[in-house]
Amino acid sequence: MPDLKTTPLTQWHRAQDAKMAPFAGWDMPIQYSSILSEHTHTRSQASVFDICHMGEFLISGTKARETLSQVVTHNLTTLAPGRCRYGFLLNPQGGIIDDLIVYCLADDEFLLVVNGARTEVDFAWIQDHLGAQASIADISEETAKIDLQGPQSFEVLNQALNADFTHLKYFGFTRHEFAGAPLLVSRTGYTGELGVELYLGPDNALALWDLLLADERVKPAGLGARDTLRLEMGLPLYGQDLDENHTPAEAGYEALLTSEADYIGKGKDRDVREKLVSVKTPGRMSPRHGDVIRYSGQDVGVITSGSFAPSLGCGIGLGYVRADKAEHNDPYSIDKKRSLLPLDQVPLPFYTQGTARMKLQSS
Amino acid sequence: MSHIPEELSYTKTHEWVRTNGGEVLVGITDFAQEQLGDLTFVELPEVGDVLDAGFEMGSVESVKAASELYSPVSGEVVAVNELLESEPGLVNEDPYGDGWMVRIKMSTEPEGLLSADDYQALTEA
Repeated sequence: MPDLKTTPLTQWHRAQDAKMAPFAGWDMPIQYSSILSEHTHTRSQASVFDICHMGEFLISGTKARETLSQVVTHNLTTLAPGRCRYGFLLNPQGGIIDDLIVYCLADDEFLLVVNGARTEVDFAWIQDHLGAQASIADISEETAKIDLQGPQSFEVLNQALNADFTHLKYFGFTRHEFAGAPLLVSRTGYTGELGVELYLGPDNALALWDLLLADERVKPAGLGARDTLRLEMGLPLYGQDLDENHTPAEAGYEALLTSEADYIGKGKDRDVREKLVSVKTPGRMSPRHGDVIRYSGQDVGVITSGSFAPSLGCGIGLGYVRADKAEHNDPYSIDKKRSLLPLDQVPLPFYTQGTARMKLQSS
Repeated sequence: MSHIPEELSYTKTHEWVRTNGGEVLVGITDFAQEQLGDLTFVELPEVGDVLDAGFEMGSVESVKAASELYSPVSGEVVAVNELLESEPGLVNEDPYGDGWMVRIKMSTEPEGLLSADDYQALTEA
């Protein structure tokens, strides 16, 4: 596949004989040893993930805050420098173009982190709709991203960088230095565990990766484990659980829609025709993407993400169900070839022992 | 390189077959378990089920995907590896031993099974 993009770590993955696959147009590691062991290691110790495929944009200008507020759902009026926030980019119908994190770097400067597969679409959309008083730059090429996730991640990071990051609160970030160049350390992640997302220049990515892995508590984890980890937390994946045909309210994010700005899609973003439900199976047989969800003899929805949950020992899934069939206590089911797979609706997260929000400093 | 024992027969759908008199022991190959990754669920036929060669007899699920199991021979299921219900990882750890799946009493002579060499050629294609 000649067109696949590579990260500064692709050669390292290949040298480790990782199982590679195309993801979002990139040649990415799916697993190094096994998804189950990488999953368990992340929940118990710490793992590094190559997440260089994500896109990063810089929005700056004296009116950056006001004009960006017209384009994304994030409530930026209450976002202070050093903090970041999750939200959406919507089309006029309230459908989700992408989900993204907005970092407030300074009062007039914001960093947007978007899904790799959506980078070009997002950039064109934001550029077209951003007011003249702010400018956007795509800095994806100049930005590498490594996630360090797991209950021991902060001990590892503090030791590796000879610094103390325990003051960072959940969804807080700080600017640091690595090898004489800027390093952004963000206490965020996609696993449900305590951890950081690290942004730096591509030239230093391998050195940081090697440094973190020099700690015996750290192992590399691929996108396979990243997917089971995020699904156990009920975190949606764009392209599966989020898309242009569904609103934030349908995906369960109505409470996030607090911005008073007149952003694109406002109002429509609360429309609900279907609801994203979270379901669990009684045994190891698991729901799969595309499985039809049935309720009292009717097809009522489709599984968008489904997998075995390594931390729970059963199958779990997310799926869109007709709104009038989304709120009840009776189980759904999937017709598997040789059996009927019952699905119990359960609250999120599926996995409740995650350390992501753990308090690091008494204050 | 996956392990392909010389003394076994194979199917194009990656099952292995160990013949012992009128019975065969069946599982999936090392190559198959490697491709699938960690198995999380194994669905086997029941003792007493009558199977036709080449037809689905069960399924295996890995973290990421599900795939079908096909019966390599025609006959009756005389035993299934019940341990796999709670420990599907045995298939990854020991595909030709503790990870065996079913024992079938053949009703006709097996047809069209592959030798180890032919199977190896298939996995390298």
